[in-house]
Amino acid sequence: MGKYILKRLGISVGILLVVMFIIYALLRSLPASYVETMAIQLSQAPGAKPYDVWVTQLNEQYGLNVGLVQGYFVQLKNLLTGNFGDSWKFAVPVTQKFSQVIGISFVMGAIALVLEILIAVPLGILAASKQYSRRDYAITAGALIGISLPTFFFATVLKLVFSVKLGWFDLFGLVGRDYPNLSPWGKFWDMAAHLVLPIITLVVVSVGSLMRHTRTNMLEVLQADYIRTARAKGLRNRRVILNHAFRNTLIPLVTIIGGSLPGLFAGALITETLFAIPGIGYTSYQAMVAGDIPFSMFYLTFLAALTLLGNLLSDILYAVVDPRVRLG
Amino acid sequence: MENILVVENLKKYFPIKGGGAVKAVDGVSFSIRRGTAMGLVGESGCGKTTTGRMILRLSGEKTGGNVVFNGREIYSLSKSQLRHLRPKMQIIYQDPFSSLSPRMPVGEIITEAVREHKLVEKRALDGYIDTIMERCGLQPFHKNRYPHEFSGGQRQRICIARALALKPEFIVCDEPVSALDVSVQAQIINLLKELQRQENLTYLFISHDLSVVEHITDTVGVMYLGSLVEYAPTQKLFAKPLHPYTKALFSAIPIPDPAHKMQRVVLQGSLPSPADPPSGCKFHTRCPHAMDVCTQNHPAWLEVEPGHFCACHLYCK
Repeated sequence: MGKYILKRLGISVGILLVVMFIIYALLRSLPASYVETMAIQLSQAPGAKPYDVWVTQLNEQYGLNVGLVQGYFVQLKNLLTGNFGDSWKFAVPVTQKFSQVIGISFVMGAIALVLEILIAVPLGILAASKQYSRRDYAITAGALIGISLPTFFFATVLKLVFSVKLGWFDLFGLVGRDYPNLSPWGKFWDMAAHLVLPIITLVVVSVGSLMRHTRTNMLEVLQADYIRTARAKGLRNRRVILNHAFRNTLIPLVTIIGGSLPGLFAGALITETLFAIPGIGYTSYQAMVAGDIPFSMFYLTFLAALTLLGNLLSDILYAVVDPRVRLG
Repeated sequence: MENILVVENLKKYFPIKGGGAVKAVDGVSFSIRRGTAMGLVGESGCGKTTTGRMILRLSGEKTGGNVVFNGREIYSLSKSQLRHLRPKMQIIYQDPFSSLSPRMPVGEIITEAVREHKLVEKRALDGYIDTIMERCGLQPFHKNRYPHEFSGGQRQRICIARALALKPEFIVCDEPVSALDVSVQAQIINLLKELQRQENLTYLFISHDLSVVEHITDTVGVMYLGSLVEYAPTQKLFAKPLHPYTKALFSAIPIPDPAHKMQRVVLQGSLPSPADPPSGCKFHTRCPHAMDVCTQNHPAWLEVEPGHFCACHLYCK
């Protein structure tokens, strides 16, 4: 087991290095160049140096005057030595900006994921335990609607109904106008109220696919001979479904849920932007549009590392939930 | 001796998309006396397995007929009545690899339903399961292992132990040995025979292996395309099969004597579709003795000799 984990970690590091090179190459070839935008601005000032001179000077200053490979190794060395640099766009250290915005995205994502599992798994079991019943069709149709809803559209409808028409929640923002004057509990409730609509959006658009995975896996398991055995034993239907069928459905579900964990740190770009929530999704979008290489590089590398770690974790969890899997 | 099971005109049709139905079981009747074993033989797809499952109400609702177990029609029972009756009628499947939940330790597989039905006092439960496992040739320390850690023969022993633990009166053995090696087959057959003697069990033994059936059963029914074509005490049937299909089937039994020349009755053509069975006698398309009447009339189910039933126009007088 230990040997297996070490081997997998080694492979993951190799993959990560390749992924980082790809990220760096892509960032370098983005049409949105931070240096060029800055050079245009600087050269327009009265009596300033011409644009070409500025570009050359700034390129040198920002370390963009070297080739892709050399630049990559400079970045790599910086990242490995823990020197993540300053964000060009936000003019603060990358890690400082990152830690400012990651918290809220993580909280939002975690709540949404927990709700998603709590809703999707029972619904999937309910639908599968009576296939082609009215209940099954209703749940499946609901899931399909959720999957098909575009986030921006659904979020806008929610805002229209609950903010504009009913006035229950603020239209956007993480905190209300009176936030600084509230008691600690009041602050908490204020923030919670502001998160209701974004979280509903996140859950509704993502719950369908997990529910369908649960349903499909359950249906497959329910066909198995050992389910017939369980029924022949005279067990209650509840016990057959939960103890025999669902236990065997857990295996693929763990993979899916494990795979979605890195998403917690990725933020939700569209939802955060629509509700003006200063999370990592919205921030990374701003950084990328501005051509902010240090921030984007840090953020994307972080996600890649998390994804690799998530895969490794779900493979290990496999061995925990499935006695047939022996890692070695 | 009273009949533990009476099956009357049992039918099960599986609907096909776009109309029609597969007549998997099409009017099967027989009865089994307590403490005996009845064999059900026939080629693949003749409805043996479906019949076995229908008897235990494990394959949805019936299309017609009755299954009376211990004097109660099982399709008229409510869900919970049926559940309480279940321990009395058990099943052992053909494939011991798919019939055990892969995520449950063997001990739990065997114990679970005993506990659910409160068949044994809580304090005595552990010892009871140990005894059952030992009787089935398993070691009690195997309890904490998972099914995938066992061989095919051991798995089948687990399946038998699981069924036996519920103190059943009747067990449907659905080709319990056909997935096993020949040497292991003999062990399992002997185990089943021994348990039958000790517990006065009744078996419905479904198989396509005639030598196994001859060894373990008291009576045999021969099925063709969803219907019984012949039924007789085992010795009688093997000594003198009446129906042309049974004759063809029996002529395929190998005889371990190199000097013996096999006289096989080779059937022409293949099994007709059970969705669209032939008119009259279903066997007439492949029967070497087919007559005009066979294509038109369904042959009656006649007692040709005492205890020996057959549905064939050759014996209608």
